[in-house]
Amino acid sequence: MSIDKDTVKYTAHLARIELQPKELETLSGQLKDILGFIDKLKKIDVKSTSPTSHILPVNNVLRRDAPAESLPLKKTLENAPQKKESFFAVPKIIE
Amino acid sequence: MEELNRLTAHELIESLSRKEITSEEVISRLNQRIKDTDARVKAYVRFDSSNNPAEQQSGAAALPLKGLPISLKDNICTDSLNTECCSMILGGFRPPYDATVVKKLKAAGALILGAKTNMDEFAFGSSTENSCFGPTHNPWDLECVPGGSSGGSAAAVAGDEAIWALGSDTGGSIRQPAAFCGVVGLKPTYGRVSRYGLIAFASSLDQIGPITKDTRDSALLLNVIAGFDPRDSTSVNEKVPDYTQALLNDIKGIKIGIPKEYFIEGTDSEVKTIIKEALEKLKSLGADCQEVSLPHTEYAVPVYYIIATAEASSNLARFDGVQYAYRSSSRASLIDMYKETRGEGFGEEAKRRIILGTFVLSHGYYDAYYLRAQKVRTLIKQDFERAFNQLDCIVTPTTPTAAFKIGEKIKDPLKMYLSDIFTISVNLAGIPAISIPCGFTKKGLPVGLQILARPFAEEMLFRVAHTYEQNTGWHKMNPRLK
Repeated sequence: MSIDKDTVKYTAHLARIELQPKELETLSGQLKDILGFIDKLKKIDVKSTSPTSHILPVNNVLRRDAPAESLPLKKTLENAPQKKESFFAVPKIIE
Repeated sequence: MEELNRLTAHELIESLSRKEITSEEVISRLNQRIKDTDARVKAYVRFDSSNNPAEQQSGAAALPLKGLPISLKDNICTDSLNTECCSMILGGFRPPYDATVVKKLKAAGALILGAKTNMDEFAFGSSTENSCFGPTHNPWDLECVPGGSSGGSAAAVAGDEAIWALGSDTGGSIRQPAAFCGVVGLKPTYGRVSRYGLIAFASSLDQIGPITKDTRDSALLLNVIAGFDPRDSTSVNEKVPDYTQALLNDIKGIKIGIPKEYFIEGTDSEVKTIIKEALEKLKSLGADCQEVSLPHTEYAVPVYYIIATAEASSNLARFDGVQYAYRSSSRASLIDMYKETRGEGFGEEAKRRIILGTFVLSHGYYDAYYLRAQKVRTLIKQDFERAFNQLDCIVTPTTPTAAFKIGEKIKDPLKMYLSDIFTISVNLAGIPAISIPCGFTKKGLPVGLQILARPFAEEMLFRVAHTYEQNTGWHKMNPRLK
């Protein structure tokens, strides 16, 4: 499987990354090389192998539904590039 | 007095407890050393001696790390103290809370240095060249990389600009720089140390671990940072032993496996010779060395670059110009604001990994890439399970070569990825591993010996590493940095 420039451009859009034309050029070549290398995984028969998403037997971790200390609002909003009252502010979405 | 910065943490703890020295003396000597040498090494970012350390701790004198400074990688959150992952997109970010490891360190009396150590942006890299602050230089040869991504931590410890440090390891990011800089680097078992407050790269692989001047310090630091944390749902509720009790000078009868797949073509012949000498040393100390096979080793790098980038693409979605630090100034719609913020704020390698990760998870490619990689991950894990049925530990080179030159691999990402070929399997299998210095190339660059053990068998790593150390002394070598 290979990857062309249009696919890279579309994937960058999905990832919400604006690429400059030169970046798109370089990245397309590099991703092609990397995916070419990754293709060696096709050699292995994995029909009867189950996937590992976690190396530990992970379970849901539950806690009592009781109020506990949370992050202070003011401190948390200090990192916001733009805020309004006690909210993060974003460009207008609905006219 | 002059040389306080060169001492190990356990030596300093002893002198501090006997009141032969004061914490202020240690800090002032360390700050002086950083001022003298860091313009060349560049192990730290945002160094400002006035806030170094950020806060003095008060409290009982009996605390185990009372008054002892520690350096942290720039991806470990510290309350109100800049933590930027060496990325423009997090420029000026001050976390509103301490990572669990930081809380534990403070509770033990440790002082957190205000400057953080340099790293590849978001831990994406093997050379610390992908930092928005510029590269760190290897104290053994300033033209060489210190390894990465925890290159700042490793260079600081090697150059005596830190007593000890924490790094994080997703595919070798503690062990590879430790090997390149001639210091001790430990990646604990997945789940051993809480990841709460570690800015996530790949959540199923990341672990925080110590970078130190010797094995005793590594054990001492793990004692403090290990343990169950309800805030990390993957943290394991397994008893934390006193790891210093494992520091025996005795490996008689210990069964060591030597995987034939780690002595392949492409490994530097000098490195091979040095590792073979180290193995002879272990044999002469009574270890029972035998060949073992880990047949899926060659698939570790491709599996890793699917799984790690997939997880990264998801984790880094949160940096969108809304909650954290950087937002692009030119913006029309919300979507354009996201795209421009991320296009401007992320460096080259971060963009490459996010896009690759998005691709392998996207519709039509998921089964062929991501799901297949997860299946091969199972096979890699089973290789180790089989091996550890017969063995106490496995010994390999940490890296196929010693430190390479700055600029040598940066334009060829695939070549850079292959420099992690011996460290990546460990993260995929979740097992612990340590890298210790075991010799030098003719050019005077350090070489690392990697020891691997079964999950939660860190004590075995410490035992073998300590025994080797006590009978060689490579860890006592210092770079000639004036």
